[in-house]
Amino acid sequence: MPKPEKYEFFIDISRCIGCQACVQACSECDTHKGVSMIQLDYVDRSVSTQTVPVVCMHCDSPTCAEVCPADAIKRTGDGVVQTARKPRCIACNNCVLACPFGVPKMHNEMNLMMKCDMCYDRTSVGLKPMCASVCPSQALFYGTREEIERLRPSSHPINSFQFGQQMITTKVNMMVPNEPHVRLIDIAMSMDQSPAPQLMSYDPLLANLYEE
Amino acid sequence: MQREVTFAGICGFIATIILAFLILIGSRNLAHFDAALVAYTASILFATFGLTYRYTMWLQRPPTALYWKRGWQVFLNRKYLRKNTINWFRHVTEDMALNRFIFERSRMRGITHFLIMWGCIIAISITFPLVFGWLHFESVPGEIDTYKAYVFGFPTFTFPSGSIFGFLIFHGLVWSALVTLSGVMLAMRRRMREEGAAALQLFVEDFLPLILLFAVCITGLMLTASYTWLKGYAYDFIAILHAIMVIITFLWLPFGKFFHIFQRPAQIGVRFYKYVGEREEPAVCRRCNTPFTSLMHVQDLIITEKQLGYNYEIPGTSVEHYQWICPRCRRAMLALAQGQLWQKQLGGESSVSISYTPSTPSYVNPGMGEGPLGHEDAKNFHP
Repeated sequence: MPKPEKYEFFIDISRCIGCQACVQACSECDTHKGVSMIQLDYVDRSVSTQTVPVVCMHCDSPTCAEVCPADAIKRTGDGVVQTARKPRCIACNNCVLACPFGVPKMHNEMNLMMKCDMCYDRTSVGLKPMCASVCPSQALFYGTREEIERLRPSSHPINSFQFGQQMITTKVNMMVPNEPHVRLIDIAMSMDQSPAPQLMSYDPLLANLYEE
Repeated sequence: MQREVTFAGICGFIATIILAFLILIGSRNLAHFDAALVAYTASILFATFGLTYRYTMWLQRPPTALYWKRGWQVFLNRKYLRKNTINWFRHVTEDMALNRFIFERSRMRGITHFLIMWGCIIAISITFPLVFGWLHFESVPGEIDTYKAYVFGFPTFTFPSGSIFGFLIFHGLVWSALVTLSGVMLAMRRRMREEGAAALQLFVEDFLPLILLFAVCITGLMLTASYTWLKGYAYDFIAILHAIMVIITFLWLPFGKFFHIFQRPAQIGVRFYKYVGEREEPAVCRRCNTPFTSLMHVQDLIITEKQLGYNYEIPGTSVEHYQWICPRCRRAMLALAQGQLWQKQLGGESSVSISYTPSTPSYVNPGMGEGPLGHEDAKNFHP
């Protein structure tokens, strides 16, 4: 079946409310029954309830696949980086440690790395990924560019990330505010940052959540 | 690239020559070589070239090459050699012989793989020595009913040909075919019924190997049926059909899924790497100051990434390289970096600069790979 090209994944971490619906929905998938691929963390639970949901960003040049000594990670023609091939993965942990976004999960007892493959069983036939279909705040959004432009007028999608000197472009888009206009997100700039304590009177992340 | 290809070609050629030489010696200058089996021998020689070529190419990839080297270094490390040797036996038994990690994935998958694997191992350990002339049977002079087995031309044990032992030995391939077939059927059933498998499987990768094994087993069993119950009906035709199936399987060995048989033992090397890594100095995250893997692993990955053309260096900072940040902090930094941009547009404060060490980000879901319901998810999964 032809893949509908117009649908894209948009992620806006700042809208995440930490409800775990994505984690639950992900574990319902047939290809990895009962095991969730979503990485959902508290950024720093001691000062804030801020959570960060991370799905695979599907890099154009996937570091995980290139550092894999067993050639277990493959990228499909339509740019989806698939989970490790079961007969090949030797559970060496290279991908887990090399992924700049911290996506792959290692299951040592099974000798197998498993990671988000953007619900390939669903998206390859035009359905939404499990996580995006249940996300109540639409931090994880799957749809067309027109839809996201209409729904989020004060932000726009980008897909370039800077890690030190390395630039990574991805299939999955990250929503960033229109002002100041940026072409990429420099991740290293948040090295010495911590979430602001919740007592702050005005939290821009909450303000962003109410945008319609 | 050219150099790697030439090297792999030479290795493949040498391996093929060695095998051909062993066939000459083991069959005593082809004295015990069965001329009818020459096509099998040719296909195995080709497969040997193909397998060695691919294996050598694979070993020359930067991550594989480094793991290969380190695997041996940590295994032979004096401090751990004794323990490693003991563990080697444990891993070979648990991982290779018993497939424990596959049983962890699911019991049915474990049983399936176990049956296919052992069926093939039994079949190969019978047929290869026979084809190469390394094993043959002769009747003992004066005792027409007693057989003697010769290995590499050396006489070994004798047994009465009509005994139960003789029956079991002469029908060894029947037993192995039945074991393999049971596994192939279970695998086929899963591939045809399970939606998860249906979403990802490919005909060439996943079905073709099963079809080949099925064809080899069935045509082999047809030979036995022909001479046991049908007075040799269509024996010649079935024999050729069986030979064709076996030869196609051998020729396919270096290309498809079967290559995992040769690739897979690398996981034992990985186990040594992890075992030694856990006992040596850890790598500490340069953001949250928490150990997250072995120092050796981070240093090796930095080398590998450089060889692959990645440039994750962060010059002018105490972090130096992005590899020194733990995966959890990488995810948190993604959130903080995006939050900072929103802060610039909307004002207020989503994050603050700190001079102390931030705490390690913690999982929201209760454990790795578990939904909010925990283990119930995996156990109560609806059909």
